[in-house]
Amino acid sequence: MAEIRFEEALKKLEKIVDDLEKGDLSLEEALKKYQEGLELSRMCSQRLESAKKKIDVLAKNKKGEFELKPFDETDIENGK
Amino acid sequence: MPEEIDLFDHAKKTVRIYTVSEIAQNVKHLLEDMFGALWIEGEISNYGAHPSGHLYFSLKDQSAILSAVMFSWANKNVKFKLENGLKVICFGRISAYGPQSKYQIIVEKIEPKGIGSRQLAFEQLTQKLQKEGLFAVAHKRQIPYLPAKIGIVTSLSGAALKDILKVLDRRFSDIQVIISPAQVQGEAAKDDIARAISDLNRFNRGLSLKERIEVMIVGRGGGSTEDLWAFNEEEVARAIYSSKIPVISAVGHERDLSIADLVADTRAATPSVAAELVIPEKKDLKDTLKGLQERLHSSFLDMVMESEQAIDGSLRRLDIAMAHRIEINFQAFEGLRGKLTLLNPFALLMQYQGKLENAIRQMHVRMKTLFTLRKSAFIALIEKLESLSPLGILRRGYSITFALPDAGIVKDSSRLKPGDMIQSRVQKGEIISQVTEVRRNGRDTV
Repeated sequence: MAEIRFEEALKKLEKIVDDLEKGDLSLEEALKKYQEGLELSRMCSQRLESAKKKIDVLAKNKKGEFELKPFDETDIENGK
Repeated sequence: MPEEIDLFDHAKKTVRIYTVSEIAQNVKHLLEDMFGALWIEGEISNYGAHPSGHLYFSLKDQSAILSAVMFSWANKNVKFKLENGLKVICFGRISAYGPQSKYQIIVEKIEPKGIGSRQLAFEQLTQKLQKEGLFAVAHKRQIPYLPAKIGIVTSLSGAALKDILKVLDRRFSDIQVIISPAQVQGEAAKDDIARAISDLNRFNRGLSLKERIEVMIVGRGGGSTEDLWAFNEEEVARAIYSSKIPVISAVGHERDLSIADLVADTRAATPSVAAELVIPEKKDLKDTLKGLQERLHSSFLDMVMESEQAIDGSLRRLDIAMAHRIEINFQAFEGLRGKLTLLNPFALLMQYQGKLENAIRQMHVRMKTLFTLRKSAFIALIEKLESLSPLGILRRGYSITFALPDAGIVKDSSRLKPGDMIQSRVQKGEIISQVTEVRRNGRDTV
């Protein structure tokens, strides 16, 4: 569950809500879905608040293979 | 006899005789000295490119024609394509070319007459790419909503990158950004931008579907027409067209329309606007999420309420059924009492009657208590569910038992037999156990 993308979590949550609203689930199934929905919505809220942006620069190493190097935002200031 | 004069011989002795090369040389010098460098206007005809990179053409007007050559060192900076019929103004030197006995102009600079060369180049390339279908609406792809990964092709030190990252700070920031750096102005820019776009595509091919870059922004901040020119070059247009990753162009300001804009899947007026197209507002997402959460709770609560009503109904029906039963029994008893009275062991009868009435009273009381207990236990359960946390039940020390593998919740012990595996969910964690004995009602072994 930890690696799921925000967009995917949101879509999953939407599906669960749709299923619950249709109301043709057994109480046991509904409980399970509800619990899953709670977890997803909690996760989405956390992601929304987290400020963990990740910025990389695409570069090539000596062998000509691609590699990602973390981008230092202070570089822009220096470059200007 | 007069001496015969050989004129030719005479001439040889008295006059200078030129060689062809000398004439050619002299004509060349004459022409070059007379005109020097000059500006000339005319219409292009007989245009042809040579494999060496030199351009050969003629300039003509109503009554004359002048050969022209533009060497590769001079023509590599010409932005537009030479065409027959095009009116131009050239700067160059008049010279002669001995081997063909021809005088000509060696062109150093050429400009279309009437409009700027960049404008002409823009129009020429637009027409060409339009014909090839590079601007076709059918080729334009949708920009994904809420991409997890975006690419940026721009200069690492430019204003565009700064603006895009600012938007990222301000909005939903759980997005991965990969910058493919490129020089965005100068002669090398067109090739560098094209390379950076194709680099992102090639890098993307190495990623799994879930990890892929979903959209890229290609652009730069504002500048002069010259600064932005690379985005009007064919190399960049073709790289955008063949990109598998959808492209948003963001070149300069609103007023700057580039060929890159025409080819891109979407055009953004500025780099900031491009970022806003793909990075959603936190508030919008929060609202969406809040809406879903509310629907989640209310739909579940509705379901619980419905079940509660259903159970209430069942209990009522049970009450009625029981009362009916008791009534029947009481009538049977009355009948028996009547018979007993006839048999007349009176003392015995009184004794039985007392016992029986007592039993009936107790039965009433016990049934009532039982119903009340069951109902309040159920309502308590509902309240727990309503407090949103199924886990709360576990917190109170209850456990849920699931039959393994994956056969649902165990509500009836008779479903199990010794040797079966079960999984009990407690507040913290789960217990996997093997059934050693199964009892019904807590007594008999099944």
